Amino acid sequence: MNDVLPPGLTALQSVEQVDKGLAEAGYISNSQISTAIYMAHFLRKPILVEGPAGVGKTELAKSVASWMKLPLIRMQCYEGLDESKALYEWKYGKQLLYTQILKDKINHVIGEGDNLNEALDKLHAFGDIFFSKQFIEPRPLLRALEEPGGAVLLIDEIDKSDQEFEAFLLEILSDYQVTIPEIGTVEAIVPPIVLLTSNSTRDLGDALKRRCLHLHIGFPDEKLEAKIIASRVPGIDASLLKQLVSFTGQLRAMDLKKLPSVSETIDWAKIMVLLHTTVLDVDLVRDTLNVLLKFEADIEAAGKQIAGMTHKARQDAGVGA
Amino acid sequence: MSGGLVSGAGGLAPASEPLRRFLQVARGAGLRVSAAEGIDAAQAVQMVGYSDRQLLKDTLGLVLAKTPDEKMLYHEAFELYFKRDEFEGKPDDDRGEGGRRSPGSEAQGGEGQGGSGGKALTQMLEDEDRVTLATMVEQAARDSGLENIRFFTQKNLYARRIMDRMGLRSVERDIESMRREGTPEGLGRAQVLEGRLEQLRDSVRDFVERNLILFAKGETEKFREELLKSARLSNLERRDMERMRVLVRQMAKKLAARYAKTRRRRLRGQLDIRRTMRRNMGWGGIPFITVWKQKRIEKPRVMVLCDVSGSVSAMSQFLLMFLYALNEALKDIRSFAFAGSLIEVSDILAKEPVEQAITKIMEMIGYGSSNYGNSFADFQDQFMDKVTNKTTVLILGDARGNRTDPRTEIMSEIAQRSKRVIWMNPEFRSAWGTGDSDMYRYAPFCNVLTVCNTLRHLERVIEEILESGS
Repeated sequence: MNDVLPPGLTALQSVEQVDKGLAEAGYISNSQISTAIYMAHFLRKPILVEGPAGVGKTELAKSVASWMKLPLIRMQCYEGLDESKALYEWKYGKQLLYTQILKDKINHVIGEGDNLNEALDKLHAFGDIFFSKQFIEPRPLLRALEEPGGAVLLIDEIDKSDQEFEAFLLEILSDYQVTIPEIGTVEAIVPPIVLLTSNSTRDLGDALKRRCLHLHIGFPDEKLEAKIIASRVPGIDASLLKQLVSFTGQLRAMDLKKLPSVSETIDWAKIMVLLHTTVLDVDLVRDTLNVLLKFEADIEAAGKQIAGMTHKARQDAGVGA
Repeated sequence: MSGGLVSGAGGLAPASEPLRRFLQVARGAGLRVSAAEGIDAAQAVQMVGYSDRQLLKDTLGLVLAKTPDEKMLYHEAFELYFKRDEFEGKPDDDRGEGGRRSPGSEAQGGEGQGGSGGKALTQMLEDEDRVTLATMVEQAARDSGLENIRFFTQKNLYARRIMDRMGLRSVERDIESMRREGTPEGLGRAQVLEGRLEQLRDSVRDFVERNLILFAKGETEKFREELLKSARLSNLERRDMERMRVLVRQMAKKLAARYAKTRRRRLRGQLDIRRTMRRNMGWGGIPFITVWKQKRIEKPRVMVLCDVSGSVSAMSQFLLMFLYALNEALKDIRSFAFAGSLIEVSDILAKEPVEQAITKIMEMIGYGSSNYGNSFADFQDQFMDKVTNKTTVLILGDARGNRTDPRTEIMSEIAQRSKRVIWMNPEFRSAWGTGDSDMYRYAPFCNVLTVCNTLRHLERVIEEILESGS
């Protein structure tokens, strides 16, 4: 189907293979995530990844890059991001410097012709030397297109950018090309694998969504989360792991301002390992709760129920109280 | 919605028929599937095939459902559709493709088929050949255009059509002739046959019902929502409240997405010299890049005065709900509720979800008879100094003060201090000024005075506020 493939990809046969590849890169995926990567590769479509903060959206892109041995090019979006920071910019300084240095040369070439028209004609004969590729400063998008072996392009937090920028992305996302007025259209040598992430702080436009595969990563179930933590925090005690996962699971069922996500559970697990804990107890949980919950009101709300939740977590893991 | 679009994506014919129908189901369930996405889906399906259902589900989910809500709808639609066991056997659609006919020829075609397929149907009923029967029902349903069913009133019609197509008439003829023969064996057979036919009828009806849910749910919902948007809010039934809340949130979200940012409008032809110099300092002040003066359109600051006395309370609820759903597009909201007197309710609304907050407010002061003069006086005493020339004052009420002093002089002061006053009256224009209505006494001080008793009205007024900012 594809003529030119990035090196790591020629052998991509099945969804299971994606699963395995990502696991090797340290990313525990589920069937939806793997299918998305697989489809993105074959349909040549960008993936729009949505989900709460900290469930591993950015991590996914990093893992894909490291598994496929492709460079990861990351573009962080923010309000006011524009073409000159995302795509390319002219190196004004260099242009200016070169015209100064080449002044004599230019005088020489133009010669002594005192007719203004003649001089202009001669200048035209050079072509646009100062508006050529040498004077372009490539920014992430252009770099991704020009990468000879393909790349993974991560457009992070697209929801933070302006609507106009979203529209500007459409050309790249659907055709893997951009148009620079002075030079022409730049096409991708090898179409990069594009991942866009969004925290849904605003609704993205339909045009953008239509061009992407849409992947929603939610909080993982307990089994998957346990697997993820086990891979991220090697050497963690199995029963402690069960308790942690059960506890965060219970927290997520509460009505909190910001629910703890996977990255927070991982941090918590690391701390527990550092403290040589094997069994959760109420005081310890109370002291470390600020790792999981980031709002004072949340900590207060959860604080009242810690005892019960810790008890249940211990029960789930089969540890006697 | 045509299969032509999908199968047009290059030789996808074998897969496209079931997919096409699924797309229709998905649209019926409320997913917005564009033609381009249909093509994507066809390509994706061609790659993964129908054999692995989980894979198929994941794949189509990526292509078709693009918000969490849509994912849920998609999940339901997928389960419902593929529960019909269409692919349990082999997805043979040669007949489906070849057998498609124009709607015009349907009637005669049905008759002819009924004749030829009839014997087979009698036979099948006697043999209890369920698998073939099920396939036949599917086929007949397809031929009679069941996917076009929209209303529950059409159920019997379609059930009848399907039965006819399967050869109902000739079975009835067969039964008739068995009866006429009169032999005990014939009578027995006729009785068995009748029982089985009844069973078949039931299952066909059931089948039609499932399809109605599948294909028409979205349509009915959409219709209902359209109605609700222009229904008078005071006449709403209790069971529609939940749906209204969802609708309000949707509408507010749409507006918020459009107006949530501070906008700038470039002034034509006025060079911003200071910023141009700064921008071009890098190359010695030669103005390569020009910067133009801009006008900022700031987010509006709003003060809302809501009448929560009996007659207007329903409307107030929705106005507050709307405004608080818009939070991100507004700079500052302060809300006040009044009936006999006026209190500030911003805190209650900020702390609790609007639905609960409103019940609470109602308990505090609601449901009394309103006294506009008194309420305005309360406002003047406590909050008048908070009204600045950037404030939009929004008043919702019917201006019926039960013949108390309207205190128009306070209204005049509000109008002078504020950027503008918008009055929304849920009563029809013809009722203004009748009885105890003081609407026309207040009217001179309002920049905008409008009838507002449906969601659409609300949306229009609020959009206008956002449009011009402060």
